[in-house]
Amino acid sequence: MHEMGIAMQIVEIAAASIPADLAGSRIATVNLKVGKLSAIVPDSLHFCFEAVSRDTALEGARLHITEVPVRAACNACRNEWTIDQPAFTCPACQSADITLLTGRELDIESIELAEEEN
Amino acid sequence: MLLDGINAIRACHHKEGHPHHHPHDGAAPVETHTHGGREIKVVRRVLDANDIMAAANRKRFAEQRIFVLNLMSSPGSGKTTTLEQTLQRLMPEFHCAVIVGDICTTADADRLAASGAPVVQINTDEFGGDCHLAAHVIEKALGGLDLEAIDILIVENIGNLVCPAEFDIGEDKRAVILSVTEGEDKPLKYPLMFRECDAALLNKIDLLPYLDYDIKLAAANILQIHPGIPVFETSAKTEEGFAPWLEWIKTCAKEKLG
Repeated sequence: MHEMGIAMQIVEIAAASIPADLAGSRIATVNLKVGKLSAIVPDSLHFCFEAVSRDTALEGARLHITEVPVRAACNACRNEWTIDQPAFTCPACQSADITLLTGRELDIESIELAEEEN
Repeated sequence: MLLDGINAIRACHHKEGHPHHHPHDGAAPVETHTHGGREIKVVRRVLDANDIMAAANRKRFAEQRIFVLNLMSSPGSGKTTTLEQTLQRLMPEFHCAVIVGDICTTADADRLAASGAPVVQINTDEFGGDCHLAAHVIEKALGGLDLEAIDILIVENIGNLVCPAEFDIGEDKRAVILSVTEGEDKPLKYPLMFRECDAALLNKIDLLPYLDYDIKLAAANILQIHPGIPVFETSAKTEEGFAPWLEWIKTCAKEKLG
């Protein structure tokens, strides 16, 4: 639902990441990490990205999304596991004192510039 | 699963050798040549701009000694009625103010203003019809309030169980309202919201005699997502169950205000 705003931020950050000495370059790919717990629907994001990247250095660019699983660590028994069900207690000792290690990402990892045509 | 960004860069280093360090600034990205164009490492949170503004809001709230509660829910869960009753009961003891988000009406603000608390209405229409209140929108709304005269600021977020959970606004605590007409499984369907909240209300309990609703299951589902958070069973209409909810707000506010 807020994918449009997210897509606009992605375009802004990606465009600003083109080095000054390569100004005018086009971006071919944006590599994005999205945690499974984040409230993002990849299909909607792709759709919005395509719309907002028009007439920018990202027009036609590919948005490559890597989903990051939700990993948790138990502060009581040090168990680490992947949360793939909506339950947030340690499966080993039932403790609720857990720390989420990954799964909340919404990060631009890198951009790939389009190859120059000579 | 495809290669992630970092692995892709490592792979390129092995193949091509020398990464180029960009000379212009410290945060400058590492560049590598690949056979098709160049990969430039960015590593930035997409919501960076929001997080920075939220941190600035939080600093301001600390300086002004204001306790800020972000109140979220789906549409129609009784958020505004709950807030009306909450303000009425808090006002004798605390100076309260409200920022209320709505996509395009002022109906909620009009209702809340009757409590005597200063109310700033935000129509997100002018921010693109957003489905949540972002930190910069709150910052703008603060201009309409006398911060010196406020102890507790309650932000009534846009009715939505998805997006508001993703946006830090600089608040101290977050509460979510779920009403008993909404289905017991909502916490499992919107885990981020319930994971991000510090308290939950199961509202409209005056309707329970007319519904086939398992309130114990709803509470258990909330606790499955976020073990240990307080779950208050309330009716904003009859004020049943309001005392523990108000006590929670007061305790949190006193912790901050001293």
